[in-house]
Amino acid sequence: MTVIDHNAALARAGANVTGWWSRTLFFARRYPLGAVGAVIVAAFVFTAVFADVIAPVDPTATNAKYSLAPPSSMFWLGADFMGRDMYSRIIHGARVSLAVGAGAMGLGCVLGIAIGLASGYLSGWVDLALQRLMDIMQALPLLVLAIIMAASLGPSLRNTIFAIAIPLVPSVARVVRSSTLSLRELPFVEAARAVGMGELRIAVRHVLPNTLAPLIVLATAQLGSAILVEASLSFLGLGVPEPHPSWGRMLSESAAEYVRTAPWLVIWPGVAISLTVFGTNLLGDALRDLLDPRQRS
Amino acid sequence: MVDATPILEVKDLKKHFPVRKGLLRRTVGQVHAVDGISFSIGEGETLGLVGESGCGKSTAGRAVLRLIEPTAGSVRMAGQDITHLPKKALRPYRRQMQIVFQDPFSSLNPRMTVGDIVGEPLFVHGLAKARERREQVAALFERVGLRPAQMANYPHQFSGGQRQRIGIARALALGPKLIVGDEPVSALDVSIQAQVINLLQDLQRERRLSYLFISHNLAVVEHISHRIAVMYLGRIVEYADTRSIFVRPQHPYTEALLSAVPVPDPTVKRQKRILEGDVPSPVNPPAGCHFHTRCPYAKAHCKVEAPPLREIAPGHHVSCHLR
Amino acid sequence: MTPQLQVENLGTWFYTRHGIVKAVDGVDFHVAAGETLAIVGESGCGKSMTALSLMRLIPDPPGRIVSGAVKLGGRDLLKISEEEMRKVRGNEISMIFQEPMTSLNPVMTIGKQIAEALILHRDMNRQQALKRAVEMLDLVRIPEPAQRAREYPHQLSGGMRQRAMIAMALACNPKVLVADEPTTALDVTIQAQILDLIVELQREFKAAVILITHDLGVVAETAHRVIVMYAGRKVEEAAVGPLFAKPLHPYTAGLMKSIPRLELMRGEERRQTERLQEIPGIVPPLFALPAGCAFAPRCPKADDLCRRERPTYEEKQSGHWAACWHTDG
Repeated sequence: MTVIDHNAALARAGANVTGWWSRTLFFARRYPLGAVGAVIVAAFVFTAVFADVIAPVDPTATNAKYSLAPPSSMFWLGADFMGRDMYSRIIHGARVSLAVGAGAMGLGCVLGIAIGLASGYLSGWVDLALQRLMDIMQALPLLVLAIIMAASLGPSLRNTIFAIAIPLVPSVARVVRSSTLSLRELPFVEAARAVGMGELRIAVRHVLPNTLAPLIVLATAQLGSAILVEASLSFLGLGVPEPHPSWGRMLSESAAEYVRTAPWLVIWPGVAISLTVFGTNLLGDALRDLLDPRQRS
Repeated sequence: MVDATPILEVKDLKKHFPVRKGLLRRTVGQVHAVDGISFSIGEGETLGLVGESGCGKSTAGRAVLRLIEPTAGSVRMAGQDITHLPKKALRPYRRQMQIVFQDPFSSLNPRMTVGDIVGEPLFVHGLAKARERREQVAALFERVGLRPAQMANYPHQFSGGQRQRIGIARALALGPKLIVGDEPVSALDVSIQAQVINLLQDLQRERRLSYLFISHNLAVVEHISHRIAVMYLGRIVEYADTRSIFVRPQHPYTEALLSAVPVPDPTVKRQKRILEGDVPSPVNPPAGCHFHTRCPYAKAHCKVEAPPLREIAPGHHVSCHLR
Repeated sequence: MTPQLQVENLGTWFYTRHGIVKAVDGVDFHVAAGETLAIVGESGCGKSMTALSLMRLIPDPPGRIVSGAVKLGGRDLLKISEEEMRKVRGNEISMIFQEPMTSLNPVMTIGKQIAEALILHRDMNRQQALKRAVEMLDLVRIPEPAQRAREYPHQLSGGMRQRAMIAMALACNPKVLVADEPTTALDVTIQAQILDLIVELQREFKAAVILITHDLGVVAETAHRVIVMYAGRKVEEAAVGPLFAKPLHPYTAGLMKSIPRLELMRGEERRQTERLQEIPGIVPPLFALPAGCAFAPRCPKADDLCRRERPTYEEKQSGHWAACWHTDG
C-alpha cells in the first residue's frame, strides 16, 4: 500500500478553509479558469462603472488634426478617423456593453421568470400556449430574432436592450418552468397548500426562490451572448447609435476602409469583445459546476 | 374513545386519476388509486392506515385534506361536510387538519429559516403579530424538543430527526384537531424513530389530537394505533381495533402481511405464509375481489363478485367472501 | 470452518472540508462458506462503506482505503492491480444493491445483462451465456424465464428486478455475496419472498453472504452472526442467538428496545401507555468524534472513563465481543 499524505489529501478537499479570503483562494485553485473569468468580468464591470474616471479624455471629442493617428504616448491605442481617442472610446464602450448586456439580461429574466412560473405552475392550456410561443421564438437564432426586432424598433439604446431581451426570454422561461414543474410536487409546497396559502404566494415565496440557482448560471452564460449580439447589431448599424461608443460599431466603421491602413481601429474593439465574452463564459461554466449539488461533496 | 361525532368521517371516498396517452393526451383509462373507502376517527384517536406501495394510502390521506380533489364520496370534519367547500370557505377547516410528511429533506423549503417555516401558517391565517408570532414559534420549538435559538437556522443545518420535529412544529402551529402523518417516521433511523413516535404520542395525550397514521411499517402501526384499516389496491380489506387485527386477522391479505413482517427475535420461529406474485396494476385491477390473484384460498366466486366490507364481530369489518 | 473471506484492520477515510472522516475505522471480520454475516447499524455507521471497500468501489477522491487487508482465496484484494480486481468483481465477489432499478441498465435486456458477466468472466460465447442467463432467471423463480430474459428492466416489477439482480450476482457462482440493504426498497410481502430466496440459494451455492441492513427483524430471521457498527467502528459481535438474548453493548441494547416489539402478534399483553425507549441525542458527526467512546454522549452508563478513554474491543463471553467498559454491570 502506498503511503498516503493525509495533509495533502485534506488540503485538496478544502479542510481548514475558513473566512472569506481563504475560501476565495480555495475556489480559485479548484476552478482556475473560473477565477480568470471572474477577474475579467470584475475588471469589465469596474471599467464600465468608473469609465469617466479611467478614460483620459472625452471619447466623443473629435479633432481632425489627429485623424487616424497611430498608437503613441498621446493616444495609447491610436485615434480613429475623426481623431477620437481609441483608449477612451474602448473604456466607454464597456459601459455601453454592460448597460445593454445587463439591461437585456435583467429584462429577459423578469419576463422569462413570469412566463416560466406561470407556465409551470398553471400547466394545462396556459402552459401549452406559452410553450408553443417559446418554441416559435426559439426556432430563430438569437441574433436573427434580435436583428428583426432591432430593425423594426429603430436604433436607440433602449430599443437595443429590448431587441436583445426578447429573444433571451425563451431560454429563461424554459429553465424556470422545468424547475417549477419538479418543485411544485415537493412536500414543502404541499405543506403550504395544506396551511391554506394562496397559490400566488406559494409560487412567489416557495417555488421562485428555489429556481434561482440554475438561473444565475444561465444569466451569466447569456450575458456573453447579449454583449456579442449588441456588438453584432451595432456592427450592422441597428444597435446603439452615435454618439455612444459601442465596440460593435467601432468595428463596423473601420473594418472595411481602414483595416489595412489603421489596423488598431479593428484590433482593439475586437479584443475587447472577445475578452469580455470569453470571461463571462468561463465564469458561467465555473458557476454551473459550483452550484450543481452533485458536484458538491 | 370514540365520541358521538367523530373528528373525521370519510364515506365512499374515491380518487381516480386519468391515464393519458399520445400526442393529444387522450384519456385511455383510469387509475383507481382510492376506490370507495370509508372510515372514521374519534377525538384523541389514532387510525393506522396500512398497505403496500401503490395501495392508495397516501392518496387517501391527501384526498382527506383536499390537497387533491376527491372524485366521489364525502369527507366530514367534526360533522361538517368539507368535500365540496370552495377554497375560501375551506380555509378555517385547514386550521383543524394538518399533515406531516415522510421525507424530512424535501418537506422544508431550503431557502427559508426554520423559524419562518414554522411561523408561516400563523402569518397566512393572520393569527399573530410579528412579535407574538416569534414567541409562539419559540414555544412550539421548545415543545417539539428544539432550542428556540435555532430558529434563525436553515433546514440543511439540521439532522433528519430534527427536521421531522420542525415539520411537526409547523403542523401544530395552527392548533389542529387532526394530523395526517404520511409515513412520518419511515425515513428515520431506528433510534430517532423512537424519539419521534414518543413525541407524537405525548402530543396526542396533551392536546387530544387525532391521527391518521399512514405507514407500511406494521410494527410502528401496532404500537401507535388504536384502530387499523388495511388497504389493498384502493380498497379497505379489513378494518378493526388494533388488538383484533393482530391477534385475530380475518382477511387472507392481512394474515399474509402479518406473517411477512420480520420479527426482531431469533427465538420466534413462525410458519411463514409467503404470498406469491406481485400486486397487480391499479390501472386494470382484477375483477371481483382485488386480492384473488394472490389469495391461497380463492374460489371461483371471488373472481366475479367484489366482497363488501361486512361487520363480522363488533367493530371488526372484513371484505372477504370466505368469512 | 475456514473463513472464505477475511478482513483485517480495514480503514476507509474520507478527506472532506470538515476534516478527516473515518468512515470505516479498524474493522476486522471473517465469513465462512455458507454463512451469513449481518452488519447492522444506522445511517453513517460505516456499514455500506465497509461493503464498498471490499469491492474497492470507494469514490476516490474524497475517499481512500488507508489500511488493512481483504483476503479472499489467499490473495489480498487491496494489493492487486485494478485490472485484476475487475476480474474479481462480479466473479468471486458480487454485490446486490438496495435500488434494483438504478443498478440495472435501462436500455439492455435482462438476459443480456446477466450474460455479459458470464461472457466476461467465464469465457462463454453468446449462445451459452444467454442460455445460462435463462437458467439463472429460472433459479431465482422468475416465471417464464425465457420470455423475461428478452424484456427490459422497466417491464419488471420491483420484486422481479431484485430477483434479476440476484440472478446476475450469482451467475458466476461467487464465493462471497455482499447484499447492501437488499430488501429495504421493497414491500413487506415482497421482502419476505426475496429474503426467503437468498437463504435458499445460499444453501445451494454455498456462498458466504455479507448482509448489510438497518433492520433488526431481517437480521434475526436470516443471519447467523452479527456485527453491530457505530460511528465507523465495531461495537459488538456475536452469533445471532446470544446477541438478541443478551446484548452487551448499551447501543445494541438501546436499539433493540427502541423498536416497537409487535407484542400483540407474539401473543403478549400490550401496555397501551408504554413509551418506546429512546436513545437520546443523535450520532455525532464523524469528523468531530469525542475522545473516548463514540457512544458515550448518548449512553446511560457512561462515566468519566468512557469519556476519557476509548474502550477496548474484547471477547466478553465465548464468541461474544464488545467494546464497552461496563459490560459486567
